[in-house]
Amino acid sequence: MNTITTVVRYVLLAAAACFVLGLHLMNHPARARRGNQLSAAGMIAAVAGVLVLIAGSGTITTTGWIVAAAAVAVGSTAGLYAARTVQMTAMPQLVSVFNAVGGGAAALLAVSDLTGAGAAGVPARVGVPAALDIVIGAVTFSGSLVAAGKLQGLVPGRPLVFRGARAVNAALGGVFVLAGGWLLARPASVAALVVLTGAALVFGVTMVLPIGGADMPVVISLLNAFTGTAVAMAGFVLDEHSLIVAGALVGASGGILTKLMADAMNRSIPAIILGGFGTGDDVAPAGPGGGAPVRAVTVDDVAMQLAYADRVIVVPGYGLAAAQAQHELAALAETLQEHGVRVDYAIHPVAGRMPGHMNVLLAEAKVPYPQLKEMDQINPDFPQADVALVVGANDVTNPAARRPGNPVSGMPILDVDRAKSVVVIKRSMGHGYAGIDNELYTDPKTGMLFADAKRGLTDLLVAVRAFVG
Amino acid sequence: MIIAVTVFVLGLLVGFEVISKVPATLHTPLMSGANAIHGIVLVGALLIAAQAHDLLGYLLSFAAVAFASMNVVGGYVVTDRMLQMFRSKS
Repeated sequence: MNTITTVVRYVLLAAAACFVLGLHLMNHPARARRGNQLSAAGMIAAVAGVLVLIAGSGTITTTGWIVAAAAVAVGSTAGLYAARTVQMTAMPQLVSVFNAVGGGAAALLAVSDLTGAGAAGVPARVGVPAALDIVIGAVTFSGSLVAAGKLQGLVPGRPLVFRGARAVNAALGGVFVLAGGWLLARPASVAALVVLTGAALVFGVTMVLPIGGADMPVVISLLNAFTGTAVAMAGFVLDEHSLIVAGALVGASGGILTKLMADAMNRSIPAIILGGFGTGDDVAPAGPGGGAPVRAVTVDDVAMQLAYADRVIVVPGYGLAAAQAQHELAALAETLQEHGVRVDYAIHPVAGRMPGHMNVLLAEAKVPYPQLKEMDQINPDFPQADVALVVGANDVTNPAARRPGNPVSGMPILDVDRAKSVVVIKRSMGHGYAGIDNELYTDPKTGMLFADAKRGLTDLLVAVRAFVG
Repeated sequence: MIIAVTVFVLGLLVGFEVISKVPATLHTPLMSGANAIHGIVLVGALLIAAQAHDLLGYLLSFAAVAFASMNVVGGYVVTDRMLQMFRSKS
């Protein structure tokens, strides 16, 4: 090992340390931005170090430099453009696309390494991770693109189930084993590589298509964990420890988030992957319906109720984001606060299309983060709230979850029904994803304000201002 | 090999330890930040590009480097964009 190589090794180690410290700093919103910048600095150092290493080793051709430079320019421009212009509501799609390209790059890396190996072949310690890298990377690539398509509405969000899907998936699993074995026996076999990659790409599609739009937070987290694992496998192939550390970190992060999301939805991970339960973003039938009587209230009733309250807890759900009404909600909350009302936001873990999505949407609407309360933190406070204002949330507020024997049984919920009074802004009595009546709506202390979230909140803001002004 | 596996296992454990302390409020930036970290695959892609010497090799390394660059640049920029929106006061 010459001096340059040694120095670059230490730089890569420092970069890995920056990634860990950067993630550590993310434990508080006040430090998180610095953490991300530290992580980025580590990344720049790692890439610079490797470029020095490549220049020093002299194996790269002039064409190689041109190809690499052009690829960096193209990729960076695309990434920068997407990152700068994306709407916060479209964040899950973007993260999915980044998962796709990360997994794709890891898979291509292994393909490239194997095709370059020549007739001599590679030892099993390279061949096995290479085959795993190709499978996981390619599954992540196609699966993430389908997930992004579903979130963007390019692919129907409802579960697409076709006959014999399980048989196809099982057959693909068999293909992985056979093609993987073939590849290990003859590493330079292009046919084996093509079969393995092709089967993995198809598997990614058949895995995600049957999963409903509402289950996307789990799917994105899982694909994130997959990408991390693929990158770690790429690290084994190249014997690059920085890739292994980074991949393991991301694998752990994706794994934790997958578990949290599945728990918050009261679903097991296998049940989600087998699919066919969740639905798309259905438009509920208009007008009140259902069995038990509900109490409809007017905008002026609610405005008075809110203005006289000491404490209001807002419960936002995905419907709020779908209606793009987070700015109206934030303006209403601010008006109430100026009037002396204490306002907090109760955020359920799955309020949105990816973990923590609702917090970002509210942060964008300039809601200060100390007002954003997690479920366990806010639940004991509901009995002290004069009004709980529910906008666009449904199943996560259903008290039926505390009883056994129904589709939401056991699901962690926000204790909205324990507030002194409840106001629900909703277009209709339509069902949530679980497809059952929400008992909160028929509670005598609940007033239903039938309106579109954006319209309702705008009217409410005008009414409150008139009332307190 | 055993060293690489040791690094992997320790990396997983550190990851679990560090990430379980991140509050739910920051889960979206956490995921996109972690996303940017797996952009380290760019380092691998560049090493592969350095070995390429035929058309197939150039094509594969072009795609790998372009994908990885998109991942790393986009990931960090969008995470920063989200995190600067988190304010303690309005």
